[in-house]
Amino acid sequence: MLLTTIVLLPVLAAGALLGLRRLPDRWVGRIWVLVTTVDLALVAWMWAGFDSDASGGGFVEGLQYEAKVRWIPTVDASYHVGVDGISMPLIALTTVLFLAAAIWSLREQKRPRRYAALFLFLQTASLGTFAAQDLILFFVFFDLSIVGMYFIIAGWGHGNNRRSALKFFLYTFLGSLALLLGFIGLFLGGEERTFDMVRLAANPPLEDSPLMGGLVLLAIGIGLAVKTPLFPFHTWLPDAHTDAPAAGSAILAGVLLKLGTYGFVRIAMPMLPSAWQQWAMVAVVVGVISVLWGALVALAQTDFKRMIAYTSINHMGYVLLGLGAAGLVGTADADVRVVATVGATVQMVSHGLLTAALFLLSGVLWARGGTYGFARWGGLARPAPLFAAALGVAAFGSLGLPGFSSFIAEFQIIAGALQAAPVAAILAAPGILITAALFLVAIQRLLTGPTVLTAAAGYGPEAGEEFAATGSPPDSTPATQAHAATHAERVRDPGAGAGTGVQEPTSPTNGGSGQLTGTRAGGGHFQDLSAREIVAIVPLLALSVLIGLFPRPLLDVIEPAASAIVQLVSR
Amino acid sequence: MSHSLVLTLLIVLPGAVGVALLLAGRRGDRSAGPLAVATTLLTLVLAVVAAAGRGTVSAPFIGIVDGGNLELAVDGLSAVLIITVAAVASAVVIFGTADLPRADARARFFGYLLLFTAAMLATVTATTLPTLLVAWEIMGATSYLLIGYYWQRPGKTSAGTTAFLTTRAGDLGLYVAAGAALAGTGSLELAALATADGGWRDVAAFSILLAALGKSAQLPFSAWLSAAMEGPSAVSALLHSATMVAAGGYILLRMAPLLEATPWVATTAAWAGALTALVLGLVAAAQVDLKQLLAASTGAQIGLVVLAAGVGSVAGGTGQLVAHAAVKATLFVVAGAWLTALGTQHLDGLRGAARRYRGVGAAATVAALTLGGVPPLSLWITKDWAMAGSGGALRIVALVGAALSAVYAARLLAVVLGPGPQPELSGAATTPIGDVLDRTRTRGEHGIGTLRVPTTTSAVAWTLALVAVGLGVLGLPPVAARFTGLLANPGQPVPGFTELALPGAIAIVVLIIVLVRPTLLGPLSRGVLARWAGLPALLTPRPWLALARALARVDEVVIDRGVEGAATAGRGLSNTLRHADEAGIDRAVDAVAARTQRAARGIRDIDGGVIDAGVHRFANSLRRLGGVMRRPQTGLLHQYYAQALVGLGALLAVLLLVR
Repeated sequence: MLLTTIVLLPVLAAGALLGLRRLPDRWVGRIWVLVTTVDLALVAWMWAGFDSDASGGGFVEGLQYEAKVRWIPTVDASYHVGVDGISMPLIALTTVLFLAAAIWSLREQKRPRRYAALFLFLQTASLGTFAAQDLILFFVFFDLSIVGMYFIIAGWGHGNNRRSALKFFLYTFLGSLALLLGFIGLFLGGEERTFDMVRLAANPPLEDSPLMGGLVLLAIGIGLAVKTPLFPFHTWLPDAHTDAPAAGSAILAGVLLKLGTYGFVRIAMPMLPSAWQQWAMVAVVVGVISVLWGALVALAQTDFKRMIAYTSINHMGYVLLGLGAAGLVGTADADVRVVATVGATVQMVSHGLLTAALFLLSGVLWARGGTYGFARWGGLARPAPLFAAALGVAAFGSLGLPGFSSFIAEFQIIAGALQAAPVAAILAAPGILITAALFLVAIQRLLTGPTVLTAAAGYGPEAGEEFAATGSPPDSTPATQAHAATHAERVRDPGAGAGTGVQEPTSPTNGGSGQLTGTRAGGGHFQDLSAREIVAIVPLLALSVLIGLFPRPLLDVIEPAASAIVQLVSR
Repeated sequence: MSHSLVLTLLIVLPGAVGVALLLAGRRGDRSAGPLAVATTLLTLVLAVVAAAGRGTVSAPFIGIVDGGNLELAVDGLSAVLIITVAAVASAVVIFGTADLPRADARARFFGYLLLFTAAMLATVTATTLPTLLVAWEIMGATSYLLIGYYWQRPGKTSAGTTAFLTTRAGDLGLYVAAGAALAGTGSLELAALATADGGWRDVAAFSILLAALGKSAQLPFSAWLSAAMEGPSAVSALLHSATMVAAGGYILLRMAPLLEATPWVATTAAWAGALTALVLGLVAAAQVDLKQLLAASTGAQIGLVVLAAGVGSVAGGTGQLVAHAAVKATLFVVAGAWLTALGTQHLDGLRGAARRYRGVGAAATVAALTLGGVPPLSLWITKDWAMAGSGGALRIVALVGAALSAVYAARLLAVVLGPGPQPELSGAATTPIGDVLDRTRTRGEHGIGTLRVPTTTSAVAWTLALVAVGLGVLGLPPVAARFTGLLANPGQPVPGFTELALPGAIAIVVLIIVLVRPTLLGPLSRGVLARWAGLPALLTPRPWLALARALARVDEVVIDRGVEGAATAGRGLSNTLRHADEAGIDRAVDAVAARTQRAARGIRDIDGGVIDAGVHRFANSLRRLGGVMRRPQTGLLHQYYAQALVGLGALLAVLLLVR
């Protein structure tokens, strides 16, 4: 009942928000924060009551907070939810990130009611996917998350957001069709004819038909690879991120990408153990290519947010490397494969925290100047030391420095995968060097050197308040006025032609290069992090450090489940 | 206090105070200096107690396998190193309080410095791979922050980036070594590595060597040392004496049993060390910038430690590590004092500096003579002790490398002990080399300097110099025997007098020649050696950036367009289908409706309109059906997908129901 409450509370709140029409808009954000806080508190309570020593470790036995209600008896599909050591941390991560998104969006002024309702709806979809123990239920939640994110990008994004949203929708929806095909294969292949994930894991279908098993794994694998995303199915990701609102990006990267990797652990590995063993090397290779491809392509980006998007591909590649190594039963000891699996799971949590923080920080840039371009910013450590400190910490976390959660993850993945796939693990190791390079270069470009500010009068929701407080806009040069005019147009017609106005501000139509304010003495205006931004971002970084220094509470939950999955795969 | 508590505090105290200073930000600037001095001095006391107590500490970290914990222990080697590290850190922090301008962000500076010290102390006491890797990489990251401390000035941050990325490239070796440890021993204990099965032991040994070469700036990673000179003087004094570069040498000494079990890696290490001593010795002799000269000499001197580890001379290597730390800390402190006082680190600008500032000048002279290997000073003994186990070509290369230290020591002495600057010689245009011009710009930035050396700095320099000289007692056989026993490294011969006499004599002769005719080194400074023998080219990111851009292009043009092409083709196909639909099925439906109508009309004609209304309704509904069927044909791809999904679901339901 507790788990069901946690899952459904957000969507009920969403319905209430939409229903209570007379509620003033300024209350919407507060209620949203309140609901996500309550949900987080419930998850904390659930975590406190979670017995990490329970026998079985999850998947087949040892699921906790289980609830089951008959739904479509003819196909043995039911509302079946439960948590174990793999889903528990991800559910916690989800509620933390949605709370951060709610706090971040407190000042959202564009249709705040629908915005909050969509996020709450998305929260239920995400939590439901992690809690689901039935394939049909999983699929429904999985697809609803795509729908929710589509509307968030299309409705509240910037730049070419309609197109990016459609691309995201089509691509991931097509992927989910492949997933559904795989689920039907699992259903038809099993002796029991059930969609129940626990029973499918206990008695895996298609064990005696390698061809069908392989094909079903292929369908599921492609479906999840699109969502994760893995090379070469990743090209929807940078576009979707670049044009999504900051909070949407944080959720997309922090939570939705995990639905893909989680699917590998929850569905592909325990339900198709023989096929996973047989094709584990493919997972390893795809993982390593994603690691290197994501890192190198990120290195070449000239746009901060796009760069972060590509690092997600790199980080998710590590997850696949770890999970693939877990399937190479013949070549590595069970304990070592468990280490790799634990690492892969920690990586999901760690990436969620750090990348969400990085995307919110990129949102700071957008709110101040409407651009993520490296060339448009410089020396920001002068006017905004807090922003610089937060970005520095997030970057060091993301590059896998010890003391952060990412190190716990990547160390275990690389060390745990070496025995199973030596060449792959050694090839993947330089990934952490390339990410180090790209983050240090990004810090260098954005934070140090001469101060370069992109003036953006009237940009972002808070800028207006600030000007109201000081009484007059910071500069009233013709160039900024021209820019403000462009901005005004954009507000009237979001999505149309916005990209040209902002990304090419030096074009003659836009008042020359007047917007680039090159100053040494910090004469420009770049408001440092506001209290709201700090409250949204800093806890994510603090959690990452906490896990990095004291990983035991998290690992105590994950390790039994990781052992269980390695055992299930070894069948 | 229990031994393990002391050991815990040894790491946690500087670490926690460092973090607190960083969190305090500019508010902590005023109290940062005294707090840092107190912390490092207390750490030094803790280090002495811990060295005597030999405690162990363990904290849970990574699970599943043995050795996943964070574990620290103090044995002989660690005992020597924690005292060295804490002592040098104390000296450098005291120097830093005197040298760093008052207005700087001192809390940030000393915060980084303390964190860095804590990381180095953890590195030399770590007994498991996760512990080592944590400490090792935090040390690398804080070195980046320290080198780039003056981030406002151009070039500083990128110098830090170069240092961090180069050392991290080596660090990858430790990740691989951890994997090899898991595979070969099933545990992550450092001590277990020497017993790893077959090939895994080779992998582990080579990977650790790689990490050590990166950290210690050995060939081919050496050039980051040059970039690291962009950091404040106190940072150079710490990074290039007892910490950072010393860590690579330390880890090889620590892993001596593993190297012994893997002879080819041991040989590789020995040669890498000897060749670094030779090449960086030449580079140092060619430098015209004091800090660059000292940086190159650091790599060369640590090369002898690496050589010692390769040939199994643990006691000699440790002695060299410690003595070098004292010597090099002295020289960097003095170089920093001169930089502050005179506004230059260029040798031309430092003419007569030792005469002008006699206090630090004398300390520098003693330290430089020690560096040059002049008997009976400490490095004379430890250098030879370090190479005691080598022979043949390796020994000759090492001896030449050692002799080169007399050359660069003499070059330094010739300048600072020589006559003061001629008025027309001071200023920018003394030498045409690009590097020199770069340095003179530094000089411009620093102006004419404060023209004074604080008493604190002189005291620190003298203390360090006295320690450097005092370590000469390692040459006394009873002391040497105790030292060897402390490090549990028996069987290695302590070099006798005859072995020591030759290099000592060479050092003195070389020193005198260069002191008398310093112009002999002029040609060297105009060649490639002045530019670090081309080694910086190895660290250029250009090929990687080019590869990254090429892949990004492929990503955009091939993969993404490919996907979009497929989507476009899909839409084209659906359009075609829609046309076929409209032309074929839809028309057929219409035709059926029309014919039914016609038939209805016929029936009405025949039947006189009895069932007229019914037929009409049927026809209309058919027509409406046609319209309905047309409605899903929107041409929008995602709606087709949704329809396909519903269809699949329905199909499935039918399948199940009729099963």
